[in-house]
Amino acid sequence: MTTLVSVKNVVKRYTRGKQKVEVLHRLNLDIAAGEFLALMGPSGSGKTTLLNLIGGLDRPDEGEIVVSGENIDKLSNRQLAKWRARNVGFVFQFYNLMPMLSAERNVELPLLLTNLSRARRKQNVQAALQLVGLADRAAHKPSELSGGQQQRVAIARALVADPSLLVCDEPTGDLDRATAEEILDLMRTLNRQQNKTIIMVTHDPKAAEYASRQVHLDKGQLIEAEARSAA
Amino acid sequence: MKYFPLLWAGLWRKRTRTVFTILSVIVAFLLFGLLQGVDSWLSNAIADARVNRLYTVSRISYIEPLPEAYLTRIEGVAGVSRVAYFNWFGPYYQDPKSPITSYAIDPDRTFAVFPDWKVPPDQLETMKRTRNGALVGATLARRHGWKIGDRVPLNAPLWPKQDGSTAYDFDIVGLFTAPEQPTNENIFLINYTYFEESRTVGKGYVGWYTFSIDNPARSSAIAREVDALFANSPNETKTQNEKEFAQAQIKQIGDIGFMVNAIVGAVLFTLLFLTGNTMMQSVRERIPELAVLKTVGFTDAAVTTLVLVESILLCVVAALVGLGLAALIFPLARTLVGDVALPAGVFVGGILAAVALALLSGLPPAWRANRLSVVDALAGR
Repeated sequence: MTTLVSVKNVVKRYTRGKQKVEVLHRLNLDIAAGEFLALMGPSGSGKTTLLNLIGGLDRPDEGEIVVSGENIDKLSNRQLAKWRARNVGFVFQFYNLMPMLSAERNVELPLLLTNLSRARRKQNVQAALQLVGLADRAAHKPSELSGGQQQRVAIARALVADPSLLVCDEPTGDLDRATAEEILDLMRTLNRQQNKTIIMVTHDPKAAEYASRQVHLDKGQLIEAEARSAA
Repeated sequence: MKYFPLLWAGLWRKRTRTVFTILSVIVAFLLFGLLQGVDSWLSNAIADARVNRLYTVSRISYIEPLPEAYLTRIEGVAGVSRVAYFNWFGPYYQDPKSPITSYAIDPDRTFAVFPDWKVPPDQLETMKRTRNGALVGATLARRHGWKIGDRVPLNAPLWPKQDGSTAYDFDIVGLFTAPEQPTNENIFLINYTYFEESRTVGKGYVGWYTFSIDNPARSSAIAREVDALFANSPNETKTQNEKEFAQAQIKQIGDIGFMVNAIVGAVLFTLLFLTGNTMMQSVRERIPELAVLKTVGFTDAAVTTLVLVESILLCVVAALVGLGLAALIFPLARTLVGDVALPAGVFVGGILAAVALALLSGLPPAWRANRLSVVDALAGR
């Protein structure tokens, strides 16, 4: 399998007050295209930091991150924003939808940055909502949707520009068990049927079982990598 | 246009706050439109004034009368072509709260000195023959629904007749227009001879003289010559060309331009803080949403532009409504200014002021949005 994401000797430090804290210590990780990776570990272990680096939201202090052959830490802020728009879909724990926009307008957001016509954007939005099973809720605002439905809208937004990589930060952290399983089922389907590479940060071992591989982080270091076949 | 729903949603995120901010901007620009409109109208009135027409008034005050005898002496000054005299009549129509601008005049002299006032010759002739005749400005006649042949009763409290009455009846014999100075179409002209016969006070005196000259380049010299004629007399004079005279009259009210600019400046300055605060709060509340926009690929510049355009949308649309209302209301002040519209320059100035206001109030939150760190914002820091 070809490597989609390659994290090489990455060091990340944050300044907290007058102190510099090293969050990731010379971390190395390869993620294959089409993989569903669960990134686990205790709070403060650096999971979200690593996810942000891979998603191009932050930059490493040392080392490099290569995604689809592109060294993304060498890109300017503007180039990095455009790279994110083309290559990465983001799913957050608290959905982060625009409260004043309908579901379809929320899903359309990444497409506003493309040259697609209005009709084509609408078509793609409908397809994405169809994929997450919310075609009939297109006109609803987030406040009119349940938590699970809001997360489905967020997933549709992440998918609509057809990125190769989905990064998901605790996507089921705010959902009850049944709804969480629905979302995880959906993600597994996307991984298997749409061949999306998914990196998911989670605390939940049950959620991690949906992944094809689990990686554990502790104190900024990779302490265990386990390959398993998904349930 | 594809970003419009996003902008619109941002604008209406806090509906009540946005409504109040918009109302404030509307009221401010309504005030801006009306005040600048008055100032602009006065400036135009001065600009339209002629320099080949001079006014001789009392040096003490323009309401102090001057002797009738000055007429022939002014006519004797070299370069003076025609001289007219006026007396303030100051009546009201039906209600003391409904004053009429009215002057007692000599028709021949007046229309010779004011060739830009247009009256059909037959109506002018009728005026000369009709003792209690009146020539009425077109705007004034239209406002009161007067037409030729109507008898109009006016009351002039300043000028009691011999029987003690202050009621005067006038027959409208003609209508005149003043295309170059539409304000003058609000005037009610009566025969000086009838006025002089009727009044019991101030006989032998006129309000002021207006005269035309052959060469506008000599207006200052002629003004000095006229004033020199009456120097050291009980009724010293002050002679100015029409432009200076108009400026002096406007200054009687005060420095309109300064007052208008001071009020408008204070209003816009206050508005700057109001809209700035609204935009700042709006952006502060939307930090996570702006972070999401950056996450999905909006560049720093794109997010900055969105905030600035939102600010422009808020200010300019509300300003347009305010200026539109001013344009509707301004003509209602025609009692004062005649049939005039809000000058286009006021609209342009207002829109430019609104854009400047939007940029100034939108820049701090736009800069904050530009510098926003996605990682910190998503982490709630």
